[in-house]
Amino acid sequence: MEAFVTHTGRAVPLRRSNVDTDQIIPAVWLKQVSRTGFENGLFSAWREDPGFVLNNPVHEGATILLAGPDFGTGSSREHAVWALQQYGFRVVIAARFGDIFRNNSTKMGLLPVVLPGEIVEALQAGVEADPTLEIAVDLAERQVRWGAEAAAFEIDDYTRWRLMEGLDDIGLTLRNADAIGTYENGRQPWLPTTV
Amino acid sequence: MGRTLAEKVWEQHVVRRAEGEPDLLYIDLHLIHEVTSPQAFDGLRMAGRPVRRPDLTIATEDHNVPTVLGPINDPVSRVQVETLRKNCAEFGVRLHPMGDAGQGVVHIIGPQFGLTQPGMTIVCGDSHTSTHGAFGGIAFGIGTSEVEHVLATQTLPAYRPKTMAIEVSGELPPGVTAKDLILAIIARIGTGGGQGYIVEYRGEAIRKLSMEGRMTVCNMSIEAGARAGMIAPDETTFEYLKGRPHAPSGADWDAAVEYWRSLVSDEDAVFDTAVEIDATTLTPFVTWGTNPGQGAPLGTSVPRPEDTADPAAAARALEYMGLTAGTPLREVKVDTVFVGSCTNGRLEDLRAAAEVLRGRQVVTRTLIVPGSMLVKLQAEQEGLHEVFKAAGAEWREAGCSMCLGMNPDTLAPGERSASTSNRNFEGRQGKGGRTHLVSPQVAAATAVTGKLTAPADL
Ligand code: SF4
Repeated sequence: MEAFVTHTGRAVPLRRSNVDTDQIIPAVWLKQVSRTGFENGLFSAWREDPGFVLNNPVHEGATILLAGPDFGTGSSREHAVWALQQYGFRVVIAARFGDIFRNNSTKMGLLPVVLPGEIVEALQAGVEADPTLEIAVDLAERQVRWGAEAAAFEIDDYTRWRLMEGLDDIGLTLRNADAIGTYENGRQPWLPTTV
Repeated sequence: MGRTLAEKVWEQHVVRRAEGEPDLLYIDLHLIHEVTSPQAFDGLRMAGRPVRRPDLTIATEDHNVPTVLGPINDPVSRVQVETLRKNCAEFGVRLHPMGDAGQGVVHIIGPQFGLTQPGMTIVCGDSHTSTHGAFGGIAFGIGTSEVEHVLATQTLPAYRPKTMAIEVSGELPPGVTAKDLILAIIARIGTGGGQGYIVEYRGEAIRKLSMEGRMTVCNMSIEAGARAGMIAPDETTFEYLKGRPHAPSGADWDAAVEYWRSLVSDEDAVFDTAVEIDATTLTPFVTWGTNPGQGAPLGTSVPRPEDTADPAAAARALEYMGLTAGTPLREVKVDTVFVGSCTNGRLEDLRAAAEVLRGRQVVTRTLIVPGSMLVKLQAEQEGLHEVFKAAGAEWREAGCSMCLGMNPDTLAPGERSASTSNRNFEGRQGKGGRTHLVSPQVAAATAVTGKLTAPADL
């Protein structure tokens, strides 16, 4: 996973609530067996509408998505995170996220930032007024900064550390292989096996 | 202080706890399907890691499979299914492929084999893993990175979610089902209402539900944003499990049941939040919008956006759905009816649909899709397939089918369905398709009239 410490970029305002992962990447795109090539699937149904915000050339090259509340609800598909990253996004800012989406993001190094709804809306309005507005997302300081303004966000210490170090979860867990073995020896004998 | 059911099961599975870190949680059962696993197996291969516990892992083919006999024609779908077969063979994971008597939708086969038991932790790269919580375990959906993590370590690092009690008092009136109940709950608390929580469903109406009804309720927990839903095990649970292939037997059975009886929230347990629902006031419920929280009683009308919690979202939804505010829901014309999925593709659901269709004729395209090969076999032993065919419905092979647009069963753009599945998202059943979520009973009655209908209206 690519480490994330701080990132500055332009943003796309997506003024829709409840954007489920079926919208972020429709099911037909889920048939691939590789981990790449999902950028064209990102919001593919909505992108057919020339008026859709992602099609606006002023937002080309933007790396931060300013989303409505309850972003990434629904399906557990991690393809939604891959599609956002492969399209070029490094951060999603929203008032609330679907739990699984948020988890998947932190596994992949896409930073989900929770800010109060009013602040997200202010940011969206700011970008709509000036698409060149640069937003700095500072994970080390747990702060988002734009123009003369700043807003703090919360993220637990462990997830922040893992993201900043770019650490692979499996490697970390395997350091505790002994504890896993000990636990396994104490499991109830009636628990089912699949064989 | 007493503990909730969720706390008891969680604590039982903590492998390691350290200050400032998520708990490392042991996973008792890992379910796999073709869509969310290929990149996880690739990851293992690249790192040279084996599957730690193939004996706690089971795979099936469901999302991509066609529900008519024959091969998979779509080359991309076929590669995905073949990739699962290769990965299972290479890593020693048991697979129920298409055509196998054990094949079916991933959340149907776990319970039917008795693999899903009280007090277990169960995960799958699929958000409807919440279904398995109906047996009193903690079951939740994960992403592909986490699938790889569980394959490699049989554990997951996770913070324990908060707990929510949903207390459903009274009894469901006749003709009102588990599906109506969960749709009403989601409309009440919203699609984000459960975020960060494990929900425990409690109360008289829940206790009176069959295991199949309980699975329908827990299945849709994720549609309220909850990671997991659970119901304390009781005699109904034990009765369902007894004698299933992977359920304990003999002395193990007695020991297991004794332990399972302890899996209830203590009287003095404190939930982080609680919601109360009066079952006696409920009626058949349908969705009108593009998320499962946009629903209303069948006896009402399409709402005006300004009367809803999120007017902008409602206005967009009505436009997508091609509906006008004020139209009675019973006047909404439907082109296709789908009975199936991990929400309502079990034997009891098919029986309910057959009861409505017996001696009647459908006027819409009607797909009846058993959730597993075993459900299909049992339904045929009861002659349900004859009822469906006589009514003019299509009787299909097991799979996810029209629940999502990954296999040949899809809606055409603009086509409208009444569907017993769990998601009415834009394009979920096929690009441009319009979905109304309903119970199997309402689905069957709708097939007879061509408009959203409850059996009592016939
Ligand atoms: S039936 Fe639908 S919700 Fe259930 S596993 Fe299949 S696609 Fe997912």
